[in-house]
Amino acid sequence: MSGESAASTPRQASRPSRSSYDAIVIGGGHNGLVCAAYLARAGRSVLLLERRHLLGGSAVSEEIYPGFIYSSCSYIVSLLRPQIVRELDLARHGLEIIPLESTFTPYPDGRSLARWSDPARTREEIRRFSARDADVYPEFGLAMGRLAHFAKNVVDVPAPDPASLDPRELLKLRRLGRTFLDFDGDLRWLNLKLMTMSATDFLSLWFENEQLMAPMSASGIIGTLLGVRSPGTAYVLLHHYMGEIDGAYRAWGFSRGGMGRISEAIGRAAEAHAAEIVTRAGVQRVLLRSGKARGVVLESGEELQARVVISALDPRRTFLQLVGEEHLDAEFVTAIRRFKLRGSSGKVNLALDRLPDFKARPGDGPHIRGDISIAPDFDYLERAYDQAKYGSFSERPFMNIVIPSLVDPSVAPPGKHVMSIFVQWAPYHLAEGAHTWPQRREAFADAVVSTLAEYCPGLPDAILHRQVLTPWDLEQEYGLSEGNIFHGELSMEQLLFLRPAAGWARYRTPIRNLWMCGSGTHPGGGVMGGPGELAAKTLLKAGEI
Amino acid sequence: MPKPTPFHARTSALCSSLFWKEWAGYHAVRSYDTSHEAEYQAIRHAAALLDVTPLYKYEVRGADAAAFLAWVTVRDIRKLKVGRVTYLCWCDDAGKVVDDGTVARLAENAFRVTAAEPALAWLRTHARGFDVEIDESTEQLGALALQGPFSRDILADVTDADIRALKFFAVTRAHIHGTETWISRTGYTGDLGYEIWVPRERALQVWDVLMDAGRSYRLLPAGLDALDVARVEAGFLMNGVDYFSSNHCPIESRKSTPFELGLGWTVKLERDPFVGQRALQRESQSGPRWGFVGLEIDWVEYERLFAEFGLPPQVPGAAWRAAVPVYDLRGHQVGRATSGAWSPILKRNLALASVRSEFGSVGTRLRIEVTAEYQRRAIAATVRATPFYNPERKRAT
Repeated sequence: MSGESAASTPRQASRPSRSSYDAIVIGGGHNGLVCAAYLARAGRSVLLLERRHLLGGSAVSEEIYPGFIYSSCSYIVSLLRPQIVRELDLARHGLEIIPLESTFTPYPDGRSLARWSDPARTREEIRRFSARDADVYPEFGLAMGRLAHFAKNVVDVPAPDPASLDPRELLKLRRLGRTFLDFDGDLRWLNLKLMTMSATDFLSLWFENEQLMAPMSASGIIGTLLGVRSPGTAYVLLHHYMGEIDGAYRAWGFSRGGMGRISEAIGRAAEAHAAEIVTRAGVQRVLLRSGKARGVVLESGEELQARVVISALDPRRTFLQLVGEEHLDAEFVTAIRRFKLRGSSGKVNLALDRLPDFKARPGDGPHIRGDISIAPDFDYLERAYDQAKYGSFSERPFMNIVIPSLVDPSVAPPGKHVMSIFVQWAPYHLAEGAHTWPQRREAFADAVVSTLAEYCPGLPDAILHRQVLTPWDLEQEYGLSEGNIFHGELSMEQLLFLRPAAGWARYRTPIRNLWMCGSGTHPGGGVMGGPGELAAKTLLKAGEI
Repeated sequence: MPKPTPFHARTSALCSSLFWKEWAGYHAVRSYDTSHEAEYQAIRHAAALLDVTPLYKYEVRGADAAAFLAWVTVRDIRKLKVGRVTYLCWCDDAGKVVDDGTVARLAENAFRVTAAEPALAWLRTHARGFDVEIDESTEQLGALALQGPFSRDILADVTDADIRALKFFAVTRAHIHGTETWISRTGYTGDLGYEIWVPRERALQVWDVLMDAGRSYRLLPAGLDALDVARVEAGFLMNGVDYFSSNHCPIESRKSTPFELGLGWTVKLERDPFVGQRALQRESQSGPRWGFVGLEIDWVEYERLFAEFGLPPQVPGAAWRAAVPVYDLRGHQVGRATSGAWSPILKRNLALASVRSEFGSVGTRLRIEVTAEYQRRAIAATVRATPFYNPERKRAT
């Protein structure tokens, strides 16, 4: 594309150069790539195998309609760990992140609210809804920022094991507890509330205006089959403030050239450390001998040997598909089966001939350069969830929209745009069965477009092409079981030492020499890279390769 | 009172922040918005339009123009081809830098010189005996910098010149929707970019054409705060910030030679005499006492320092230019960092510094003063090669 000094894509050999490696990583999503890069950086011989023709898993850039580059699945960088950027020198390998400027919400009544990084400007915006809430907003931000500080001690280290009597584990738990106790009284109680309350109730501790709270509450339900009034949804609000913990790294942003560029940058870093990456190489199963992983069998039938095998796939695929339950303890199989995936969201990507106006605030100003939420009030969100509970997609869904071409013109032809729409709820388990999604796909996309057209009347006429990804498509094409974007819901009972199963939260598995490094492990999903990094570091520390 | 540039009617209408500063006697926008961030991102990812009119500009014409510029600057300008621009500096008799800037050869006997400081007196004083005319064109010529990865596409849409063929540091005459301009492939951002030189009475038309054509490429007008971050990433030094013109240094120790500023590559010593030549020849033998270097401030130590106070690692929001001491590992001061910035694109904390030459080689570990929670500390910094940021597109044709 013009104006672009397109960094070369990683080499991606067509076949492995040897038959035996120190480590084979299954899956070229961002976590698999991070893991491979760290192992290679430590001098190990590493082979990464990706089933598709391109790297990235759910962090991909795809030109499905000529001239328009979609970030098909994930669409913004969330909390990519700064140490990964630094230690793998990702900026040198082509990573470029453009920060999000604002969060914009248009309302059906013609009003709109934009929240900015500039507190004075945000205050003026909120004042139009509630003068009281305008004052409270920065206090809320400060409290959440302080709570988020706690998260750094959780996110950047492997999960402690509370069942272990190993004194080192107890020390880790103590350290975690100490951080918690460092909070002064009020904050300590607030933390408990955050962990247990619903997003709507928690926000109501601070605010009175629902139009302000509704889009904030919606960030609590992303990727889960829960509603904003469901208990346990409040703590995800913290994610929005976790950018703070990284200071200047402030990791919420667009990836220039689309999300695939992140994966490519990590791939180049891995290759710079002599890792081998092979695409179009689906793994059929993990090669087991005497109950130990010895390598993998490709779909082609070819066998490759390795001292350890690391799966970046979700826990269900890893254990039930690549290993097979006959090789696993029944209790463990049950735990993996019960690990909640139940995808709840879909994605609609649009190629636009022109930028349509939002009726509530026309123009292509900075208000739409960040993310845009369709979340007008609690009842709207709860009604949208209700439909999902009974196995239908929301006819008037919650949407989180970005238009990356507004800040990164390299993803669309001059004057044209791409619009990325994250849609919730779109439950994997439709009442008529998940397999009926292909018949509902266009109806689902129509509901999305017609909902958005209520806010943006010129939209339907500006659409040149649309890519629709239902949870079924996310599973079939991108390998996300049940279409869950996080490899398992990020609800409290599936986090930390419980992710993906009690006793198996340290990247090891019940199969010797088989490890995990995907989003289904601690610290979980989002384009964060934490699981890949921590898995590699844990594996290296264990000294098994 | 500062005066308006020829673009003021447009820039002032767009500058919703009212953040202005004075630049060489002119009103100049610091940032159009209350934060320069979007403008910086436009420079690196889309395109940005900057009013750089306050750069001092001089027209040097006459049969001896080339010979004169070869005499008064450190480069042998006689070798500069028509249609080419060069970056250089000029020195006093003692070989101390007076200013740095560019010289463009517009025709066989016509040159345009840009400077950070007034240079008319200096140039005219040294013109004795040359058949040359020197006029200042700062006021008559509006100057715009169009910078960023899409700058070429925008310009190609609006001019009759073959912009796509215009090489790095080339200059050409070009019509922009009927207005005659000069366009050079130059800039102060270290990115793909152009500078456009337009008669003041046609300035607004050209601004409008560029802004209009730029819409499809997400062009933003940008101010000096965004430029300041970009120029640190590009490793460009700034007169009055990173060094001082020898013309107004009250003390000798504050003056610098080209070698001390990392501008040795612009100096052509073996040729006909030029101002400062003998002193520079002597220095080239003995070696410079100072080196101008890039520093990367260690992020792990930086983060740890802020964590001591329970704070996340915050960096200044804008580029800084309040000099801080630089130390060797034993704690002795060996120089000063004169400007710096957090680089959003490289995700590195950068500084430009003058250090004693023995500490100037790439990879040298030093310490730099950093203030956290009102406390001054020294933390690790490593000498790095500049430019810190150097995309291929900057030079690519």
